[in-house]
Amino acid sequence: MVWMPGGGGGCAAVANAAMAVETGQAEVVVVYRSLCQGQFFRFGAAGRDAAAPPDPAPPTVQQANSLMMASMGFTMPYGLLMAAAAYALPTRRHMHLYGTTSEQLGMLAVTFREHASRNPRAVMGQRPMTLDDHQNSPMIADPHRLFDCCLESDGACAIVVTSAERARDLAKRPVEILASEQGAPKGYGFGPFTNANVPDELYTTGGCGEMADRLWAKAGLGPKDVDVAQIYDHFTGCVLMQLEDYGFCERGEGGPFIESGALAWQGGSMPTNTHGGSLSEAYIHGLNHVVEGVRSLRGESTSPVDGAEVCLVTSGACVPSSAVLLGGR
Amino acid sequence: MSDRFFPDGMPQPLADAISLPFWEAASEHRLVVQRCTACEHTRLPPSPLCPECRSEDADWQEISGRGEVYTHTAVHRPIAGGQELPFVIAVIALEGSGGLRMISNLVGVDPGEVTIGMSVEVVWEDMSADLALPRFRPVPQ
Repeated sequence: MVWMPGGGGGCAAVANAAMAVETGQAEVVVVYRSLCQGQFFRFGAAGRDAAAPPDPAPPTVQQANSLMMASMGFTMPYGLLMAAAAYALPTRRHMHLYGTTSEQLGMLAVTFREHASRNPRAVMGQRPMTLDDHQNSPMIADPHRLFDCCLESDGACAIVVTSAERARDLAKRPVEILASEQGAPKGYGFGPFTNANVPDELYTTGGCGEMADRLWAKAGLGPKDVDVAQIYDHFTGCVLMQLEDYGFCERGEGGPFIESGALAWQGGSMPTNTHGGSLSEAYIHGLNHVVEGVRSLRGESTSPVDGAEVCLVTSGACVPSSAVLLGGR
Repeated sequence: MSDRFFPDGMPQPLADAISLPFWEAASEHRLVVQRCTACEHTRLPPSPLCPECRSEDADWQEISGRGEVYTHTAVHRPIAGGQELPFVIAVIALEGSGGLRMISNLVGVDPGEVTIGMSVEVVWEDMSADLALPRFRPVPQ
């Protein structure tokens, strides 16, 4: 089961709640995420204060208290602590292999910002963005500019999971969990953040391909059946890789797929992140994507998709990940 | 002492009993990878079991320190005070390592000039008397 401190496990938590209900261990489960970073720890700064004076003792090898920390000994000394830098590595190689461009990544960010403009909960709802704004935003870790990176937010959200029978007479129309999946492929470890030796064929992916195949098989559905999607967007490049993993386009075609306008609420073949996503609504480790998935099937989204019956929700990719397929009638 | 590229305030390596030999070799400016003595599969970072054959028996194989850039990023935010920006983090495909890659830095190159496939070689940075870190630089043409 996937439950990492970061964003890979949001949909897995929903899946685990459904299992608890299905097996009679619980009648009602609340799945929630609450993030309060501002005064404690900023993910973007990797918990470090670069302005702090260095330890006066000469640098040396420190004792690791776990295998994971010993493995991080092979990333930290080189300054690989920020997620923005870690996920820049597979994105840069994707650009090299397939010709993906920064403008294509920018179009994705602009699309999600446009969706946020109708969402009163969106942190960036009143801050319109153009492709020029994206291209002129400060470089953080090449190719990631500021507007390729998700927000850092204080906030919380929750989902109530219960049986179909119990849900039938609730005040709000329930949404069905059609299928769920979680996991990571062999040799993936924690993905490119800590592992330079992710197999070559997986390096420029979100690591979700095998999981996606199992998800579609379980549901008896395929990518063409998805009416609306909420895709975990820690960074623009990671969305692009997931679009390929889940089969919405061929491997390497994520850039042109974005450029076609497929993700847009208006005129898109698969409106995506109708709340604005982590790039423009809020960064609640993607549990807000599950909330938006429910809203989008109940007609409650501020960017509603007419007649939507199937919604894919994914959790953080490029690490062990998870996904749910939601159905509304 | 070698040339210095990064300030003392950069994060220091963490090691357990399994990975410590890597850092001991590094202090002697030798780049090594862990190798399973049962099936010869190489691995990095070091781990207690071979992921291919589950053997616990392993030794250390010294490699040349040459390789090529697999992917890279130029980071524009400091990790430590006094750090030169941007700095380059790269994944290096290591020659003669059984197909391994490692994360490191590229030094002695304009960040805008780095390309995937660029030939590089190790350059050791002595952070102190007992800590040396392997960075990489382009192989002189």
